[in-house]
Amino acid sequence: MATPSWTQQKTRVRSPFSAWKVLIYLILALWAFMVIFPMLWATVSSFKTDQEIFFSPWSLPAALQWDNFSRAWTKAKLGIYFFNTIMVIIPAIMLTLLLSSMVAYVLARFEFRGKQIVFYLFLTGMMFPIFLALVPLYFVMQFSGLLNTFHGLIIVYVAFSLPFTVFFLTGFFKTLPTEMAEAAMMDGASHYRIFFNVMLPLAAPALVSVGIFNFLGQWNQFILPNVLMSNVGLDESQSRYVLSQGLYYLYGQQFYQSDWSGLFAAVTLVTIPTLLVYVLFHDRIEAGLTVGALKG
Amino acid sequence: MKYGQRSFIFTFLFIPVVIYVIFVAIPYVTSMAVSFTKWRGLTMDLPFNGVNNFVKLFNDPNFWNALGHNAIALVVLPPVIITMALIFAFLFTQGIRGSGFFRITFFFPQVMSAIIVGVLWSFIYHPTLGMLNGLLGLLGITSLQNFPWLGDPSTVFGAILVVTVWQAVGFYMVLFITGMETIPSHFYEAARLDGANSFMMFTRITIPMLWEAIRTAIVFLALGAMDMYAIVMIMTNGSGGPSRGADVVPRYMVEAAFTNGEWGYATAMAVVLMLIILALSILSLRFTRRETLEY
Repeated sequence: MATPSWTQQKTRVRSPFSAWKVLIYLILALWAFMVIFPMLWATVSSFKTDQEIFFSPWSLPAALQWDNFSRAWTKAKLGIYFFNTIMVIIPAIMLTLLLSSMVAYVLARFEFRGKQIVFYLFLTGMMFPIFLALVPLYFVMQFSGLLNTFHGLIIVYVAFSLPFTVFFLTGFFKTLPTEMAEAAMMDGASHYRIFFNVMLPLAAPALVSVGIFNFLGQWNQFILPNVLMSNVGLDESQSRYVLSQGLYYLYGQQFYQSDWSGLFAAVTLVTIPTLLVYVLFHDRIEAGLTVGALKG
Repeated sequence: MKYGQRSFIFTFLFIPVVIYVIFVAIPYVTSMAVSFTKWRGLTMDLPFNGVNNFVKLFNDPNFWNALGHNAIALVVLPPVIITMALIFAFLFTQGIRGSGFFRITFFFPQVMSAIIVGVLWSFIYHPTLGMLNGLLGLLGITSLQNFPWLGDPSTVFGAILVVTVWQAVGFYMVLFITGMETIPSHFYEAARLDGANSFMMFTRITIPMLWEAIRTAIVFLALGAMDMYAIVMIMTNGSGGPSRGADVVPRYMVEAAFTNGEWGYATAMAVVLMLIILALSILSLRFTRRETLEY
């Protein structure tokens, strides 16, 4: 067996075809298969009829059942869930980025009393899982009349996205050069002007990275909408669900009235935006997630 | 000038801090206070209940059952996921082609939502349609035909742990690969001159140099093991599994609060879990502390 060396990785010396290499590719291919196959299977199944899913689960569809998608979109209300989700996460991400960059900029660039307190206040929020705050949060929402409202959900998304985003952006603002801000200061620009006209544009790459991170987190958020937008007794038609709730509801329905093909179509439709964002931005997502983990 | 700076700092901090305090900080802190009451949520009357909620918790077999599953996850997930992620990361250093493809693919489950992952795997485990039983059938294992992996108390939690591993391995692999890229290559060159093979280099150089990343992984996975709410909710259809076979504390807590209306009792669970999490983070950070290698 040829001993694989670490320098080969860089120089790409073609190593002899060895049993060791075959084993490596086998292991990697097996895991890649385990990741891809379930999604592929769900996608293929979303084009089948219920009969085909039940009686020939491994075969390709005889004819493409586009009807599954339109049924999922309209009858199962997936279109409404999509719309609700977009209506919540777009303002939530914008607000998260704006408020976080304000805090991060102040923390990174100014000295003031209580700075450490503010910093650690946000940092501790990163440590505990959301569900520990769930019961009191529910009542905060109820008392402020925000329960079962979209703007309530937006504020909560923002509040829980702040810690990581502040943390990430503080690190970034510290790395930005000070010369431009000082020059603007000389020209008599106010702190507000400097922030909005000089610093924020400079921070654009970091804002995009952490924005994508928040998009995935909020798009996939499960526990908050399920508890805070449960609509018990208010809305029997589930017309105010966001996607993760809507899918959970659809999935629960399968135990009573099965429409597996419609559910597969729904799963496929919901996965597409995630897959798209991921394939386009995987470098930034990987960097954002792992940098956050390593610094945290 | 100085005044302008102070008012600027105040203006910029005010709204974010207020939102954060109301919706994040206050709920965490009031969890503590409410846990000592017998609040049933209907009125603002919070009858003081002393430590009774905690006594009740101590005598509640359902709570111990749920905590037991979190404990199993705590014992199983960090070593399994970290070992697999390290092995994959090691394989990536062996000069393979298509590493970009594998890296993107392995990482993807991490960005998938819990509900999609849960639905996909419920199909995999489906007794009659599922891929798993189909595969076992192809391998000639007929004794497990139509076995309900999620419908049997003895297998349901193990099945869910497998899903958690499946989802997390790629993330930690990328974390370790990123860490490995910062290790200076002359370490390996020197070791190779001394006759070390790649396995020795991995255990003697890579793992010690990666220790900070591994520590982070241990803490993250320990915290994750105490949670597991979403995946358990979805894969047991909200029930915690047959005979509560996959119940975890967060799910049981939500049941106590939102189904049974025992708000005080539910927050007592949250407080116990919060203390466990705090203790776990301190312990795992302390026990994994080593001399940092300078280079």
